[in-house]
Amino acid sequence: MSIALKLDALSKTFVVGKQLFGPPKGRVHAVHPVTLEVPEGETLGIVGESGCGKSTLARMLVGLLEPSGGSIEIAGKPLDNADPAVFGKRIQYVFQDPISSLNPRKTVRQIMEAPLKRLHGMDKAQRDRRISEIFAQVNLREEFLDRYPHEFSGGQAQRIGIARALAAEARILILDEPVSALDVSVQAQVLNLLAELKQRLGLTYLFISHDLAVVEAVSDRVAVLYFGSVVEVGKAEDVFSNPRHPYTKLLAESAPVVGRALTAPEGRETELPDPLNPPKGCAFRARCPYAGERCGDEVPQLSGDGHQAACFYPLR
Amino acid sequence: MSFLSLLARNRLALVGLIVMGFVVLLALVTPLLPLADPDVTNTGNRFLKPFSEGTLLGTDHLGRDLLSRLLWGTRLSLAVGFAAAVIAAVLGAAVGIVAGYYGGRVDNLIMRGVDMLMAFPYILLALAIVAALGPGLLNALIAVAAVNIPFFARNIRGITVGIAHKEFVDAAKLAGMRDARIIVSEVLPNVIPVIVIAMSTTVGWMILETAGLSFLGLGSQPPQADLGSMLGEARSALITNPHTSVVPGVMILIIVMAINLLGDGVRDALDPRLRSGALTRPMAATTVRRKGPVPVPEGENVLDLRGLETQFHVKDRIYRAVGGVSWGVKPGECLGIIGESGSGKSVTALSVMGLVASPPGVITGGAVHYKGEDLVGAPYERLRSLRGREVAYIFQDPLATLHPLYKVGDQLVEAIRVHHHVSDKEARAKALGLLKDVRIPNAESRLENYPHEMSGGMRQRVGIAMALANDPEVIIADEPTTALDVTVQAQILSLLDTLRREKGLAIVFITHDFGVVAQLCDRVAVMYAGRIVEEGPTQMVLDAPAHPYTRRLIACVPELGEGKRELHAIPGLPPAVNDLPPGCAFAPRCDKATEACRQGEIALEAHGPRKLRCLFPETELEAAQ
Amino acid sequence: MGSYILKRLVSAIPVLLGITVIVFAIMALIPGDPATAILGSYATPENVEKLNRDLGLDKPAVQRYFIWLSNMVQGDFGRSFSLNRPVLDEVLDRFGATLVLAGTSFVLCSLIGVAAGVVSAARQYGFADKAITFVVLLGISIPSFFLGMMMILIFAVQLRWFPASGMWPIYGDRNLLVLLDHLLMPALALAVVATGVVARLSRSAMLEVLRQDYIRTARAKGVPERGVIWRHALRAAMVSIIPVLGIQAGFVLSGAVYIEMVFQWPGVGRMLVDAILKRDILLVQGGVVFVAACYVLFNIVVDVAQSLLDPRIKT
Ligand SMILES: Nc1ncnc2c1ncn2[C@@H]1O[C@H](COP(=O)(O)OP(=O)(O)OP(=O)(O)O)[C@@H](O)[C@H]1O
Ligand code: SF4
Ligand code: SF4
Ligand SMILES: [Mg+2]
Repeated sequence: MSIALKLDALSKTFVVGKQLFGPPKGRVHAVHPVTLEVPEGETLGIVGESGCGKSTLARMLVGLLEPSGGSIEIAGKPLDNADPAVFGKRIQYVFQDPISSLNPRKTVRQIMEAPLKRLHGMDKAQRDRRISEIFAQVNLREEFLDRYPHEFSGGQAQRIGIARALAAEARILILDEPVSALDVSVQAQVLNLLAELKQRLGLTYLFISHDLAVVEAVSDRVAVLYFGSVVEVGKAEDVFSNPRHPYTKLLAESAPVVGRALTAPEGRETELPDPLNPPKGCAFRARCPYAGERCGDEVPQLSGDGHQAACFYPLR
Repeated sequence: MSFLSLLARNRLALVGLIVMGFVVLLALVTPLLPLADPDVTNTGNRFLKPFSEGTLLGTDHLGRDLLSRLLWGTRLSLAVGFAAAVIAAVLGAAVGIVAGYYGGRVDNLIMRGVDMLMAFPYILLALAIVAALGPGLLNALIAVAAVNIPFFARNIRGITVGIAHKEFVDAAKLAGMRDARIIVSEVLPNVIPVIVIAMSTTVGWMILETAGLSFLGLGSQPPQADLGSMLGEARSALITNPHTSVVPGVMILIIVMAINLLGDGVRDALDPRLRSGALTRPMAATTVRRKGPVPVPEGENVLDLRGLETQFHVKDRIYRAVGGVSWGVKPGECLGIIGESGSGKSVTALSVMGLVASPPGVITGGAVHYKGEDLVGAPYERLRSLRGREVAYIFQDPLATLHPLYKVGDQLVEAIRVHHHVSDKEARAKALGLLKDVRIPNAESRLENYPHEMSGGMRQRVGIAMALANDPEVIIADEPTTALDVTVQAQILSLLDTLRREKGLAIVFITHDFGVVAQLCDRVAVMYAGRIVEEGPTQMVLDAPAHPYTRRLIACVPELGEGKRELHAIPGLPPAVNDLPPGCAFAPRCDKATEACRQGEIALEAHGPRKLRCLFPETELEAAQ
Repeated sequence: MGSYILKRLVSAIPVLLGITVIVFAIMALIPGDPATAILGSYATPENVEKLNRDLGLDKPAVQRYFIWLSNMVQGDFGRSFSLNRPVLDEVLDRFGATLVLAGTSFVLCSLIGVAAGVVSAARQYGFADKAITFVVLLGISIPSFFLGMMMILIFAVQLRWFPASGMWPIYGDRNLLVLLDHLLMPALALAVVATGVVARLSRSAMLEVLRQDYIRTARAKGVPERGVIWRHALRAAMVSIIPVLGIQAGFVLSGAVYIEMVFQWPGVGRMLVDAILKRDILLVQGGVVFVAACYVLFNIVVDVAQSLLDPRIKT
């Protein structure tokens, strides 16, 4: 099986408080070096809480954000977005906010035509045929084509967003919280649609969400992100039912589940560290009930095979 | 087109449009009218009064016909004002779009320049330009346009920055577009309405400014006259012959006022926020227009809603956000309300204390009894004295719901002192106690923090502390943990649970998460399309949901620990509450629906401890009572 | 806070330099020969050349700019040929009068404008709102010079309540009462437009704030409506009103030029217009730079006020 997406020590640092003269006021390490591989046809889920660097990571993968370090390979070739008309055919993105990802002043048809025209240079007849095909795939009616985005509900708008991504005919889709703006009954529709498309078209997904249950339900493998680092990767069925990293355990225990009694899963009520002033050693240490001496000095790296965790004292 | 009809609906704008149309028409046909030559002097006839023989508006100090000069002057003033507005708008917008779209260094450089220009009181710049180029109408036009470019540039840049960061611009990049094309086809269409608004609201201003320069003798030069220079020349005869001043002055006033009226209309029609009527101010309490009878409360509920109906009246549409909701909580009980977005949970909650924004909200029926007293339509002062003291709220987004400019300590103190006559010191001591109650570490120093200095979880604790400030009997918590991360949510939920047991609080807890309901609530009510479809003890409802909607809603939420799988989605969408189907609102999505479901009202019937609004329940229930 | 003020003062230096560059560049646009403009077209070529040398106009522009700048820093703004006295003396003499006029108008427009805006928003669509909206519309549509002329006609000529022009009577005492008597009409005429703009903006800022969630929180706490409007909403609205006040200060200063003409007020504005008509370039340059510099300093005061009001601004 070939590798669809390869991240090698990919990192991003934002400079905050930029001044015209003099040094910047600080740096935020939004993504620490991340190394990951996504085989073709897999769905890799990425979970993490707000501000942990999920979107930053995703935007680097589609060339919307310049990485500060490391490299990205898409289907064996380094990421190169110098020519947007070529790059768009290799990887596509589905946005979190379905409404704001559609230009309010364009009809759905104009929105759908852009990738077909710019990426594939199709003429009018070809475009119309292709749009009909795609709309059939995502269960949208063609009468929607001449309407404006504000006339649609969130779920319909997200289908249009997915349709647009499909129009590029890229084999890899980055889905950044594609259902978190949707209601649960609609969320299930969109998730099922995504699963069906993947199977039918043989796509590769990187699926980002803060909802553990959703990620578990759609992913083959799951990576857990904390404070810009991947702290655990493993098979979807293992990661939450059998976590190795204390943070993953905390996440899994915090998720409200029917039939589980209400307990504050954490004794010490601390929250995320200050990104401008990160702690030394393991970023989770202040909240970790298992912390030992090494944790304060060194940064743990991912280890283990198959089910990896970045922790000096992983759980079993 | 909808734009024109919107404009026409605004009566003042219509007046402006008509007046302006008339003036423009006059200016256009001036050369065709049988008027005296505006520049021919006839000193024998100087200062004729209006309506004198042979002249309608009289003559000026050189005996020139004022009507003729007025019309020619209007022509000139309009032309110059519009030209200045167009030039300033086009150049300013171009600069603003480039700065806003490219950002970074380009933006920095351009905006420094703009700031520099805006550091002048604008007339100094205009005077300097006229001083350099020499007096003259064309130079005055250049000066006025140049001076206004920075205003446009800054305004348009702000808008462009907002648009350039929208996701559809990213999408356009991924669809293979280059920057120049994105600016033209994605950004520009969204900026043009703003440019038009800015222009329509500044044309009047530009006409005033060019007239001003002419008034000072720096604009149009004799014998040619625009309205400003007519006024300037008439100034020396102000006392002896005021009509020579009044005529051009009133003309300027009429033109600018008409343009301003029209400009406001254009703005209202183009600005989507104004169009949806969103910029209305919510009043102190929700409007009540109750027609039906006042229902009586049931049982020993401390807070009891019966048949509550709350609607939103927007233009000619009626949104039945809450269509007859009944529930009650007993002291110490926790009632969960669950439903998808738009099902009316928050509106129900806000209706209790008359906090639904009105306009457009109206309570049209039912009753809210607090300890036996009906609050719907209660006098404002009565409602206010109960708000926060007997029934308190916790809202969803703690950053938006705390005042950003006051320290949290002061906000807590205020909450105490609006209901109790205690000294600031006592209130502060109580506030400190409250922060400790909600387990905020270093409570002492936290009192001095502003909301933006706290994390989301801490802010929500402050929100809870504020709700507890006056030891209320009932707390209504509207999705208090939805904006928080799961780990923080778990902390807040367990805090709320502890507090309610310690203090014997009745809690109404609104959420869309079954897991949360299961963990916290004694009873649960499920809402769909503004109504309760099922209610009962939490365990019973979750174990054996009786309403098809409840069952399928539970089934379509993935639960942790079940691995990768297909989900059981509910097809279709919830109905829009301004267009509810007759009969069961769920019928279009329900696979058990029959003809009977689509006809007539289906009542919420009690079956032992449970209640249900369905003809074909999913489980065996006790017989209806 | 001290360090913030210092920082703002330091950051004003490039702005001030920019102002001098802009003014100098505009003046360098002047077509033809300034010396000829000064001496008139009948001057002998020798005289023109001598004057050019005296004014330093034979040197390159960049050099001339730095000479002008360094002289200015030392307090030498040059000499006005039309008045035959140092520019700075004349500007300082005149600026006091402008400050009195514009300052009074600014205070009037801020107080009345904000109050009208708040009342208008609090009673949205009520009678007070409609009345205020109409008056505001009238205010921003009437040219201040025309308004001033009408005021003279009515209150000075017809009713004889106030003197028609000037800052002081030609004969008699100069005390505060006399000054107020002369000041009231021009200050009001000048304030009208700015009041209208401030009232409009305050109204929309208040409407925007009143829809915010924290206002609902205040009501849910049981805060009386008066407290909601004046303590919660106005405080938050001031964050967007104060920058507008800063801009309006510039507009008041600008409008003062017209009002000074109409009311024969002995201020900088009238001086500038006269200087332009007489082509007294040094006087124009000096006057513009001086007033613009004062405005820059005033805007620092505005920024400091803003940072005191809004804790989210990092000082
Ligand atoms: N332009 C920026 N400048 C400075 N810091 C940034 C910038 N963009 C993101 N960050 C920081 O990077 C970190 C990760 O941000 P990111 O938006 O990628 O997280 P996320 O997991 O997607 O969050 P959410 O779930 O809230 O969307 C955060 O600490 C954020 O503050
Ligand atoms: S490395 Fe140490 S502190 Fe970090 S998660 Fe593992 S045990 Fe806890
Ligand atoms: S009443 Fe009929 S349509 Fe409605 S939920 Fe019950 S079975 Fe379905
Ligand atoms: Mg994100």
